[in-house]
Amino acid sequence: MTRPADAVPPGALKRLAADLAAEASAALFRRGSSALTFMEVCGTHTMAIARFGLRDLLPPEVRLVSGPGCPVCVTAMGDLDKVIALARLPEVTLTTFGDLVRVPASHSSLAAERAAGADVRVVYSPRDAIEIAAGEPARQAVFAGIGFETTAPTVAAALLEAQARGLSNFSVLSMHKTMPPPLKALLELGETDIGGFVLPGHVSVVTGSACYEFLAREYGVGGVIAGFEAHDVLQALLALARQTRPAIEIGYGRAVRPEGNRVAQRLMAQVFEPCDADWRGLGVIPGSGLRLRDEYAAFDAERRFDVEAGQPLEPRGCRCGEVLRGVLDPAECALFGARCTPEDPVGACMVSSEGACAARYRFRGIDD
Amino acid sequence: MTEAGKRGDAAGPGAAGATPGGRILLGHGSGGKLYRDLVRDVFVKAFANPLLERLDDAVALTPSGRIAFTTDSHVVQPLTFPGGDIGRLAVAGTVNDLATAAARPLALAAAFIIEEGFAVDELEAICASMAATAEEAGVPIVTGDTKVVERGACDGVYVTTTGVGEIVVGHELGAQTVCDGDAVILSGGIGDHAVAVLAARGDFHFSADVRSDCAPLWSLVEAAVDAARDVGEEESLHFLRDPTRGGLTTVLAELAEEAKLGIEVEEAAIPVSPAVRSVCDLLGYDPLTLANEGKMVLVVAPETAEALVAALRVQPLGRDAAQVGVVTSAHPGRVALRTVYGTRRVLDMPVGELLPRIC
Repeated sequence: MTRPADAVPPGALKRLAADLAAEASAALFRRGSSALTFMEVCGTHTMAIARFGLRDLLPPEVRLVSGPGCPVCVTAMGDLDKVIALARLPEVTLTTFGDLVRVPASHSSLAAERAAGADVRVVYSPRDAIEIAAGEPARQAVFAGIGFETTAPTVAAALLEAQARGLSNFSVLSMHKTMPPPLKALLELGETDIGGFVLPGHVSVVTGSACYEFLAREYGVGGVIAGFEAHDVLQALLALARQTRPAIEIGYGRAVRPEGNRVAQRLMAQVFEPCDADWRGLGVIPGSGLRLRDEYAAFDAERRFDVEAGQPLEPRGCRCGEVLRGVLDPAECALFGARCTPEDPVGACMVSSEGACAARYRFRGIDD
Repeated sequence: MTEAGKRGDAAGPGAAGATPGGRILLGHGSGGKLYRDLVRDVFVKAFANPLLERLDDAVALTPSGRIAFTTDSHVVQPLTFPGGDIGRLAVAGTVNDLATAAARPLALAAAFIIEEGFAVDELEAICASMAATAEEAGVPIVTGDTKVVERGACDGVYVTTTGVGEIVVGHELGAQTVCDGDAVILSGGIGDHAVAVLAARGDFHFSADVRSDCAPLWSLVEAAVDAARDVGEEESLHFLRDPTRGGLTTVLAELAEEAKLGIEVEEAAIPVSPAVRSVCDLLGYDPLTLANEGKMVLVVAPETAEALVAALRVQPLGRDAAQVGVVTSAHPGRVALRTVYGTRRVLDMPVGELLPRIC
């Protein structure tokens, strides 16, 4: 038996936190500001920070806000409605990753559609969707693809496998997105004074670090790619506070190379091309999405099925958009913990386990 | 002779007649000769005991004390996983439910819903496992029921076990007897059952060197009761519950709510094996919410805690027992976890299906 404490030497985190406090004061003096706001971009970081209770360890002058890195949360209402419309087609078996099933769309959710008779199946990998297509040739197996550079290559690989196996009843509704464009969009908006980014670890395994260089070069905002242990996150914050000149650093060297994973990048580029994409909270961001290239049009659910989704309808009072931009703290939303809970979520950020609201609610302080 | 015929012979005299083709037929559920043969050749043979052999619809038991009564259905997939199978699970599950009432198991009933076409040798293997587990727990399986449903109407076999037990303590157990200052004790490492079943299911394409902890816990609970008696305070044992679905978190959250008291839990004190921990890291699970089938949460008066943990630790099923928390009158209805990082947060009941993270 081991205990989680085995992972970190005793006192190491406390020392990191103390170092962070010292560096933060120095950084504030240097920058001539009163608070240091860092944004953790990735949903997995959001969850780790909440689960470890890291906010308790931060010095008061360091503020940590969540960014647009939870794939389910940033999926736009219009896209969700499209998924629902596809699921309602009698010939379609709709496959997707788990969290998407419970997200409220304008008028329904996949869970509600499933209960009403739609064939909706949760898969753990896009390859499972291919096996469904192979095993049930009379059905149309549609994979609703969400996620960033971490999941897109696996979907590309699955699609190529479907092509090689001649599975003409497999298709993908690509709602995939890429990570750098929304960071640019956030800085362009300038709503929050972001002093540095804790950059996503898993995404960066694929992308490498070079794609973030523009943050430092063009916007003067540094970033540190971080792993997912408590000390990884604290070390990233410490490195950010220590930066005297904005730079992009790799704080997750055990997994991330500057050039990234070229095989995964090639796979992604072979199957997908950039397109404009609609983000919950951020709107349409040019070049931030991934659509199937024309060569793979036969596997594009959007082109195969003629589905019409009506005008998207956002839930009343839901402020997920502001949460995703780091403008609003989840607890500041009037619905948080009252009308909107993980059992009965109003907005997407309360559904996904990586959503800022769900993470904050599930791992709230005992006195909150 | 066909393969199936050979299998029937191997099952013992009469088995070939009971199970033509070595498969369950709809006729096995009809109540006629096929049915009687199945009961005799599979169930009575596996669970052999004088009470069952009478094949009465109900058996007479003559306990001397107070009675505990429980039932539990088992629908696990796959039917067999590292460390157990549906048979072991079905017996252990009901024995453990009785144990939470400090009840020595007296007798079990087993009801089977079997899918047409199910292999008889697989059924026999499940029954052998049930018989072995029942023997481990010292309880006979004395009656039962069998239904056969059309192919597709169930997934292989479902097993429901019902148990009667004799309560060995004189006082009431339960959330209402839990007090401020009580110690919360966990009988061993958590998460093994859920991870073993997930890995055996193959959905996640990972293999893990983890075996289910599935085991009947009566001997462990009996040792706890004895330890409390030895200290001279049988009544100091306040609450017992096995953290199955929903895991440790759910047991504690429910207890806090029912007892209208708070609980402080030390994350560092909770034993989790490295294999379970790495699967949880990989898939984004919290070990505290994962199912166990061979663990017990015991809440006792503080003065008994040390002796009780020591008594559990000499038991094979309680080697890693530890005090993991304490009951408090602060924050009634809520459970606080002190993390290994020294931070503190609420422990909330998990919501919905267990899902791996996608990013």
